[in-house]
Amino acid sequence: MFAFIISRILQSLPVLLAVALISFAMFAYVGDPVAIMLGQDYTQAQRDALVADLGLDKPFWVQFGTFVGNAVQGEFGLSYRLSRPVADLIAERAPATLELAFCAAGLALLVGVPMGVYTGLYRNSWLSRFFLTFSLIGVSLPTFLIGILLILVFAVWLGVLPSFGRGDTVRLGWWTTGFLTWTGVKALVLPAITLGLFQLTLIMRLVRAEMLEVLRTDYIKFARARGLPNRVVHFGHALKNTMVPVITIVGLQLGAIIAFAIVTETVFQWPGMGLLFIQSVGAADIPVMSAYLLLIALVFVTINLIVDLLYYAVDPRLRIGRGKGGH
Amino acid sequence: MAAAVRRFLDSDLWFSFTRSPVTVVSAIVAAVCILGAVLAPWIAPHNPFDLASLNLSDAFKPPAWDEEGAREYLLGTDDQGRDVLSAIMYGARVSLLVGLSATIFATLLGVTLGLLAGYVGGALDSLLMRICDIQLTFPSILVALLVDGVVRAALPREVHDQIALFVVIFAIGISEWPKFARTVRGSTLVERNKEYVQAARVIGVPRGRIMVSHVLPNVIGPVLVVATLNLGLAILAEATLSFLGVGVPPTQPSLGTLIRIGNDFLFSGEWWITIFPGVALIAMVLSVNLLGDWLRDALNPKLR
Amino acid sequence: MSNTPPLLEVQNLRVEFPTRRGTLVALDDVSFSISPGEVLGVVGESGAGKSMTGAAIIGLLEPPGRIARGKILLNGKRIDNLRYEQMRRIRGKEIGAIFQDPLTTLNPLYTVGRQLAETMTTHLPIGPGEARKRAIEWLELVGIPAAAQRIDSYPHEFSGGMRQRVVIALALCAEPKLIVADEPTTALDVSIQAQVIALLKTLAREKGTAMMLVTHDMGVIAETADRVAVMYAGRIAEIGPVREVVKHANHPYSAGLMGSIPPLDRRVERLAQIDGAMPRLSAIPKGCAYNPRCPQVFDKCREMRPDLIDAGTTRAACWLFDTEVARG
Repeated sequence: MFAFIISRILQSLPVLLAVALISFAMFAYVGDPVAIMLGQDYTQAQRDALVADLGLDKPFWVQFGTFVGNAVQGEFGLSYRLSRPVADLIAERAPATLELAFCAAGLALLVGVPMGVYTGLYRNSWLSRFFLTFSLIGVSLPTFLIGILLILVFAVWLGVLPSFGRGDTVRLGWWTTGFLTWTGVKALVLPAITLGLFQLTLIMRLVRAEMLEVLRTDYIKFARARGLPNRVVHFGHALKNTMVPVITIVGLQLGAIIAFAIVTETVFQWPGMGLLFIQSVGAADIPVMSAYLLLIALVFVTINLIVDLLYYAVDPRLRIGRGKGGH
Repeated sequence: MAAAVRRFLDSDLWFSFTRSPVTVVSAIVAAVCILGAVLAPWIAPHNPFDLASLNLSDAFKPPAWDEEGAREYLLGTDDQGRDVLSAIMYGARVSLLVGLSATIFATLLGVTLGLLAGYVGGALDSLLMRICDIQLTFPSILVALLVDGVVRAALPREVHDQIALFVVIFAIGISEWPKFARTVRGSTLVERNKEYVQAARVIGVPRGRIMVSHVLPNVIGPVLVVATLNLGLAILAEATLSFLGVGVPPTQPSLGTLIRIGNDFLFSGEWWITIFPGVALIAMVLSVNLLGDWLRDALNPKLR
Repeated sequence: MSNTPPLLEVQNLRVEFPTRRGTLVALDDVSFSISPGEVLGVVGESGAGKSMTGAAIIGLLEPPGRIARGKILLNGKRIDNLRYEQMRRIRGKEIGAIFQDPLTTLNPLYTVGRQLAETMTTHLPIGPGEARKRAIEWLELVGIPAAAQRIDSYPHEFSGGMRQRVVIALALCAEPKLIVADEPTTALDVSIQAQVIALLKTLAREKGTAMMLVTHDMGVIAETADRVAVMYAGRIAEIGPVREVVKHANHPYSAGLMGSIPPLDRRVERLAQIDGAMPRLSAIPKGCAYNPRCPQVFDKCREMRPDLIDAGTTRAACWLFDTEVARG
C-alpha cells in the first residue's frame, strides 16, 4: 500500500516538473520582467543590479532550479499588477474558491449520483425522462449563461438571493469562511449551482450509462438468479461496479470545477482565485498566472492520486501481489 | 451530378437522417443560424457598426412585442441604440468564424501530429503522447486562457489588438488538438500494419507519401466526427473567453461579447440585451452538437 | 421415477418478444416435466430456445420477452405469474441457476465467501457466522483446495474451472430442489469439462437435486441425463429416456443430430450432417418447423404443426408417428 502511494507520487513528478518548466518559461521569457519591476526610469547599472539580484544572468537550469526551490516554499515573486507577493494574493483568495468548489462538488455528487442510479434503474419512468431532458440542457448550456439566467430569475426578478460577492465572512486564522453567516450561505447558493450544474448532469449521465451497462452483466443476472433482494442487487452489486469508471470521471471533474470556477467567479464577482487569474490574464500579470498554473497542476495531481487510491480500495483486481491462484 | 444526388438520397446516412426528427430539427436550426450569420451584412435589418445610423434616443428599447417596443427593432436595442437582432447576426458571424477556424486549426495540427506519432512511433510518439496526456489533464478552457494570457504578455498592446482574433483562434486551437491527435494516432496504429501499407512500403513509396496518400484517407473518418462535435465546443470556448473579456476585441463583438456587455444591464431590467444573444448561442451550439451526435452514431453502428 | 408427482411442470409455454417488426415467438407450446432428483437434458442448436426455457423457469426472461401463454408449476404451484418479490424468494431457494461463463458470473468486487454467505443468509435462517462456516464447507464440497483460506479470495484469483465450482456452490448452497444449469461447461477447457460435469452429477445425486441441464454437447447429455428433450426452433421435437433418444431417435431431426456425433467405437468416413440451417424466429415455416430440412417430409408436414405424439419409446413431434397417417 505504502509502496503503491510512493510509486504513484513518483509517477506524477514528471507532470509537475513539466508544468513547472512551462510556468518558469512564462515567468522568465514572456515580456520583460525586469523592465516591469523597475518601472519607467532606470539606469543600466540599476538594471544590471536587479538582473544579478534576481539571478537572471545565471544559466537556464540554475534559474529553473531556483524557481522550483522557491515554488516549493510558496515563493512566486511579486504580482506586476498589484505589486504584492503572489503567495499572499493566492492565500487570500483560496478559501473563497475552495468553499465554492466544495459546495459545487458536493451538490454534483449528492444529487448527480442518486439521479443517475434512478434513471438507470427505472429508465422508462416519466421522472427519468424528465431528468434526462434536464441533463441535456445542463450539458449544452455554457456555465456563464446558467449563471446569468439564475441571477436574472433569483436575484433580479424574485430578489431572494444575492447576485455577487461572498456576503459576510468569518475569519478563522488565515482562513475566511462564508459558511458561518446567513448572508455568506445565501451568497453561496447561486454560484454553487452554476458551477455544479454541469458536473451534476455529467455525473448523472455517466452513472446512468454505467448502471445500464452493469445491469446487463452476467453477474447481476446471476445475483438475481440467486434470489438476492433488489436492494442488494442494485446498491450492493450494481452500484459498486459502476464506481470505478465513475470515480475516474468524477475525479477529473472535481479538478475541472476548480478551473471552471474562473467563469463562475467572473459572473458572480466571487473574490476567489479564478477571478484573480482572469484579472491577471487581462493584465498579462505573468507571476500570478504561472503560480496559478502550478497550483492547478498540483490540485490535479493530488486528485489523480486520490482517484488511484480509491480504485485500489474499490477494485480488488488492482491489488497486485495478493493473489494466490491466478489464472 | 444527378446520379450523385440519387446515390446520396439512397444512402444509409440520409435514411437515418430522415428517421430522426431531432436531427432534422437540429439541421434546420443550424442552417438558420449559419445562414443568418454568413448573410448578416445583406439581410440584417440594421448595421450595428454604422455609427451614423445609431441614435441614442433609440437606446434600451425592449423587444417589439412589448408595449414600449418599436417595430423596427424586433428584439429591442442595447445601451447605444443598436438593434439586438442585427448585433446577434453579426456576432454569430464572428463566433462561427472563430469556432470554425479554431476547429480547422486544431484538426490540421492534431491530424499531422497524430499521424506522425502513430506512423513514426518511437521517441516522437512517446513525446507527443506525453504532451497530450499532460494537456488533457487540464480543461481546455484553462489551456486556452493561459495561451491567450501568454500571447497577450508577449506582444505589445497595439500589435495584440490588431491580431486579437487570430490569438483567440490560436489559443482555442492549441487547447483542442490532443483530441484529434489521439484519434488519428489510434487509427494510424491499426492501419500501418495492414497489408496495403506494408505493400506500399515494400515497393519503396517514401514514408511521407505513404502517410499522406495511403494512411490519411483511411483514418480521416473518425476525425470528421470529432471535428463536428468539436465545433460546438470551440464556439462555446470562444464565447466563454469573450465573456471573460479576454477573447475577441470589442470592435468585433461575438455572441460572448454581446452577452458580457448585456450582463451589465441585467439589474436595471434590460434583460433582452443579454438573453437573446444567449439564446442564439445555445441554439447554435446545441444544434451543432446534436448533429455531431447523430453523425457519430450514424457512421458508427457499433455505438448504437 | 415416472410415478412420483413431478417437481417441475412446464405446460404449453409460449414466450414472445414484441419487436418493431412484429412479435417473435421464441418458445411455442413447450411442455415437459421434471421429477424430483431427475436430470433432464435439453439439447438443440443455438437459438433453439434451450436457454430461453431456463430463463423462463427462473423468471428472468430478458425484457421485452414475456410469457404469453402456458404455465410453469413447481410442486404443483404456479410460479410463472408470481410477483417479482415472491419469485425472488423462490430463486436460489427453490430453483438454483448455473450460468455459462464462470468468468463473468461472479461479481468481481466481492470475495467468494461473501457471495456465498449473502446467498445463504438471504434464504436460510442463519446468521453471518454460521453462513461463513457453511460457505467453507461448500467450497470444500465442490473441491476447492484449502477452502478455509480461499474463502476470502476474489473471483479473479481463481481459474475458470475453479470459478465454475464456486458458481455450483452458489447455486446449491441454499439447497434448492431444482437446478437450471445453462451450458455449465461450454466456456471451460475441454480437460476441465468432465470434472465439472462429474461434480455436478455427484452433488445433484447426493443432495437429491433435480436438474435441467441445457447444453449442445451430446456427450454430456449421454453421460449425465436421465431423460432428454431435443429442441428445434422454439419447440420440443422429441423427448424421452436418454438411452432411447441417443441410440434410437424417432424424430428425423434428433436422428440427424445424433448422427452428427462421432462414435468412439468405430471409424466412419463421414459424419452425417443436416443440410441447411435452423430458421430464424421471424421466418418459421408453416407446419412442422423442420419440414424444409427433413429428409422424410411429406404433404401434411407442410400444412399442419405436429404435437408431441407417442412414438413408442419416446414422444416426438412428428407426423410419421401419427396413427392416422398412412406412410408412403
